[in-house]
Amino acid sequence: MMAYEKRRIRPGSHFMLGNCAVVEGALAAGCDFFAGYPITPANEISEHMAKRLPEVGGIFLQGEDELCSIYAVTGASLAGAKAMTATASAGFNYMQEGIGYAVASEIPCVIVDVQRCRGENYATQADVMQMRWGASGDHEIIVLAPASVQELFDFTVKAFNLAEQYRTPVVVMSETTIALMRENLVIPDAKDIPIVDRRKPAVSPDQFVPFKAEPNEAPPFPDLGAGYRVLHSLNPHDEQGGISWDPDVYEKLYRRITGKITQDNRAIAETEERFLDDAEIVLVAYGSESRPASEAVLMARSEGINAGLLRLMTVWPVAEEQLAAAAKRARTMLVVEMNIGKYAGEIERVCSGLCKVSRATKNRGAIHTAAEIYQSIREIEL
Amino acid sequence: MTTLNPLTKHLRPGSLPHFFCPGCGAAQVMNYFLQAADRVQLDFDKLVAIGGVGCTARIPVYLNCDALHGVHGRTLPWAMGAKLHKPDLKTVIFAGDGDAAAIGGNHLIHAARRNLDVVMIVVNNLNFGMTGGQAAPTTPRSLRTMTTPFGTVEAPFDICELAITAGATLVSRWNTARGRQGTDAIARALEHDGFSLIEFVAQCPTNFGRRALRTGDPWQGLKWIDDHSEIAEKPGGIDRSDRDARFVLGDFVQERKPVFAGSSVVDSPTESERGKT
Repeated sequence: MMAYEKRRIRPGSHFMLGNCAVVEGALAAGCDFFAGYPITPANEISEHMAKRLPEVGGIFLQGEDELCSIYAVTGASLAGAKAMTATASAGFNYMQEGIGYAVASEIPCVIVDVQRCRGENYATQADVMQMRWGASGDHEIIVLAPASVQELFDFTVKAFNLAEQYRTPVVVMSETTIALMRENLVIPDAKDIPIVDRRKPAVSPDQFVPFKAEPNEAPPFPDLGAGYRVLHSLNPHDEQGGISWDPDVYEKLYRRITGKITQDNRAIAETEERFLDDAEIVLVAYGSESRPASEAVLMARSEGINAGLLRLMTVWPVAEEQLAAAAKRARTMLVVEMNIGKYAGEIERVCSGLCKVSRATKNRGAIHTAAEIYQSIREIEL
Repeated sequence: MTTLNPLTKHLRPGSLPHFFCPGCGAAQVMNYFLQAADRVQLDFDKLVAIGGVGCTARIPVYLNCDALHGVHGRTLPWAMGAKLHKPDLKTVIFAGDGDAAAIGGNHLIHAARRNLDVVMIVVNNLNFGMTGGQAAPTTPRSLRTMTTPFGTVEAPFDICELAITAGATLVSRWNTARGRQGTDAIARALEHDGFSLIEFVAQCPTNFGRRALRTGDPWQGLKWIDDHSEIAEKPGGIDRSDRDARFVLGDFVQERKPVFAGSSVVDSPTESERGKT
């Protein structure tokens, strides 16, 4: 075994598969537990983890199913691990139950969903609503949408950091397009990778109130076995962790659990803008679709059409402030997505009354070409 | 002056009164566990008690230790994640027959196959008690439940046999009329390295009793179970004849095998170190 293989972080320039970039990002973020169940097109994540994790002292588990994987991940996280699972759309279905538990019990973890068409491995963004609403019960969720192999690395690091900061599951929304693509990846030196660790109790066990926190804050999170003797229940629980059917307790609990994300929307929801200063037609795109969308904007500009792009790097929570600001200046928002048109409903919700919202959807198992999106821009112009 | 049971020191402060029905077998098993834990001087700081959903799953809520609760059937994956990351934890699962053999049945066979180092205490009350007395995969044949108004037609699972076949390294079954043997079995399991499953056939007066046995009397329910129980003549043997409504009790398996440390392990044990597979 070569010495460099044992290193957790492998700085330098690589030509790497998207799925492997996820693994390297996870390791760089401090991931020391992975559980997954085979499914295409996410397999390279498991396979690379099975080799890399034992080399750095971590645990790799091949679960008997996706439910096992997501719950093993929450169990490991409760014990102090930075834990992750990866799957693809159909497997992501099964994990919703565990994601709901992680939300309610405030367990940080990272879930990578490499979206695929139902039953087949063609390109799609059809899970964008499942990521938001899949779990039962009231919840907020953080979903990041990388658009390149580099971002699969960067956003996986970010996903771990957000999960630790907010004590919540974070989804990396991958796609067949970027997961199975090789691109240049630059891995920075360890000192240049920001790492966030969960807050630990500052008081002794007899002083500790496990679920006491400010209204929009995640409480400190002791590891299992550290002597704090915490009850982690899915059921409504009071500040002590005790199961309670007091409606005031229930209301307060979920106001805090959802509030810690909704109240921090501006810090979480990140966007990237291209030519928005004078854009009359603003394309809104996320994930790999932002690549042809970006190119289509350039094509429109070269034809004298004032088009711009608002790229959503965070899909959930919705970047409402940035969207509204762009909508106030625009004539039309054109939502580009690779499904039957789902996220466009969110844009309509935020931007209605501010400008017109149009849709450029493609649901054929393939990414838009720039020419197709440019054609949609032209149709608005006419 | 009231004298508290000395074992209440292991109960989570403020958690009483418990929610078990009068005469519930799960509450008896909680008592057996506390006695066994006290005997082996279990460190409650390192104990993680895990329950899914159901009456038995509530036991961890009352124990003064780290506890996970509230998702049906996923106790073993939880335990696996925690234990693999932090091997010094003692993970003890309290599962009803629904958690263990219905919704969680797949996890059970795979945890046994892996020899995951966990203690799984199964309170088999032969029905879904918390939800009102529906048939379970363990309900004996020809009994009326809320979902089998004309009598159960499906063959019941033998949870111990399932665990033994799948590779569990410590397996015992007792009933709640045999508290002494059951407590001993839990104590052995707490000191065992590997997958231990201790099953208790237990009375559920409120739902199994009233509906399947036509009596809500806990004593009658327990007597029915014990009348249908037999102690295995020798260890390792579960008599397969006349399986319906018959509970073979005993300490069936206790053996040493390498415990599970993850699916990808550098320098994993050799075939001979593993023992016969």
